[in-house]
Amino acid sequence: MKPARFEFVRARSLGEVATILRQASGSAKVIAGGQSLGPMLNLRLVRPSILVDITPIPELTRIEEDADGLVIGACITTSDIEDGRVRVDGLPILATVAAGIAYRAVRNRGTIGGSICHADPAGDWSPVLCALGAECIVTDGRQARRLPLEQFVASAFEVRLEAAELLQAIRIPRPSRSARCAYYKVCRKAGEFALASGAVLLDRERERFRAVIGATQGRPIVIDDARRLLGAVPQPGTPARLHEGATNELLQGAGLPLNGRLHATALARAAAQAMA
Amino acid sequence: MQSVQLTVNGVSTLESVEPRLNLADLLRERLGLTGTHLRCEQGACGACTLLIDGQPARSCITYAVLCEGAQITTIEGLEDDPVMVALRRAFTAEHGLQCGFCTPGMLITARDIVTRLPDADERRIRLELSGNLCRCTGYVGIVRAVRRVLEEHRAGHFVVAPSERRKLGPVGSGHAGLAAGDMPVSMAVPMGGDTPGTYGEVKLGLAGKKPNIEIRQSFVIARPQTRELR
Ligand code: FES
Ligand code: FES
Repeated sequence: MKPARFEFVRARSLGEVATILRQASGSAKVIAGGQSLGPMLNLRLVRPSILVDITPIPELTRIEEDADGLVIGACITTSDIEDGRVRVDGLPILATVAAGIAYRAVRNRGTIGGSICHADPAGDWSPVLCALGAECIVTDGRQARRLPLEQFVASAFEVRLEAAELLQAIRIPRPSRSARCAYYKVCRKAGEFALASGAVLLDRERERFRAVIGATQGRPIVIDDARRLLGAVPQPGTPARLHEGATNELLQGAGLPLNGRLHATALARAAAQAMA
Repeated sequence: MQSVQLTVNGVSTLESVEPRLNLADLLRERLGLTGTHLRCEQGACGACTLLIDGQPARSCITYAVLCEGAQITTIEGLEDDPVMVALRRAFTAEHGLQCGFCTPGMLITARDIVTRLPDADERRIRLELSGNLCRCTGYVGIVRAVRRVLEEHRAGHFVVAPSERRKLGPVGSGHAGLAAGDMPVSMAVPMGGDTPGTYGEVKLGLAGKKPNIEIRQSFVIARPQTRELR
């Protein structure tokens, strides 16, 4: 199908985006690679009055590294990460996850910020970035604010952006050297959206043990202290077994198909990879 | 309407387009380049895959206006590309196509495998081809054809210029304001110093080739004919 009519404008600065968004009062849509928005437009599931191309804005393809984290601009593509054009020292999980997202031809345009803002529960970036404790840097062209990714995602296809706000970058705290992070997605065909997914971060040095269940009916389910699922202090090399009672309690009432069995499996496999 | 400047198969063109026009429709309807096929129009089937700035991308979910200043290479533009010549031969020999609908996209992806992943094994080939659907062949012949060309590549039958991308962000985007032609397009160079001269001169449309069918229609134009009908 072809999209309904829309106007088009190219924004050259963060301030310009904010002005355009403010003037459009909710009827504008920001586009970068368009690999999620494109299908939505073509299927006429979204009908914005105006599309704002943000790719000319230099800040959005910027990478910054500081002592305890990495800041990735929202317009960095999945293949930029897959190919290592963006150096993600200490976070090899990012390239691994990137390589499993959709297909090469899609990854060459699809951006990390776009995937997060589209907020498809079955997307891959959100669960793994939630496990890593990532934050979203949001700007209205004048000032920026930060909020944890798990709060930024409001529900399925819904994020916490005010009318004139834009996701500028993602900040990922660097885990310690000995930390292990893993992501597992269940899907029938390579590159597909996940039917269920799980992500686990085990960082003994920093005392951070996080688990995330993705491909839910809404936002990812984040378990801030995964020790209650994985047993006291998860040791590498020990077989990963999820505590059944705690898992059931977590998944009950989440409205997942098959009572969440698929999701429990995804999480258990992610945990097994992280503990291997 | 929005004006957009593109380089298609080496030829620069300035088009006035509706923002909702996707790249595939611009190529097919406006420029007569019907080698790029459209099916699902939601990024899933791979029929519309072509090269943007030398990298494979979906032309059904990439609107033409997003590609200001970009280099577009369609299947027509790769006629004399040594990797493509080898792939076409292998697809024929290995029964890599039947109806041919998926073939242009399949060939673009196959070329990406040969140039980017010269050491790919069968498993990797299948993984990389998972974004291109074929309803005829059952993939066996396609996978064999790609393997054959990878073996030829390893045996040194042709040399592939590395297609290093350094720019960050979506391929094709972010050129607005840059001088056109800044982007290097990856091109394979044939052995023996033959220059791939035709690449820069490929004509849009069917050029001098004979179409399979010819439809003639006559009609009266009510207003002065200001430009040649295409
Ligand atoms: S038509 Fe573009 S992917 Fe199917
Ligand atoms: S040859 Fe017919 S769809 Fe592939």
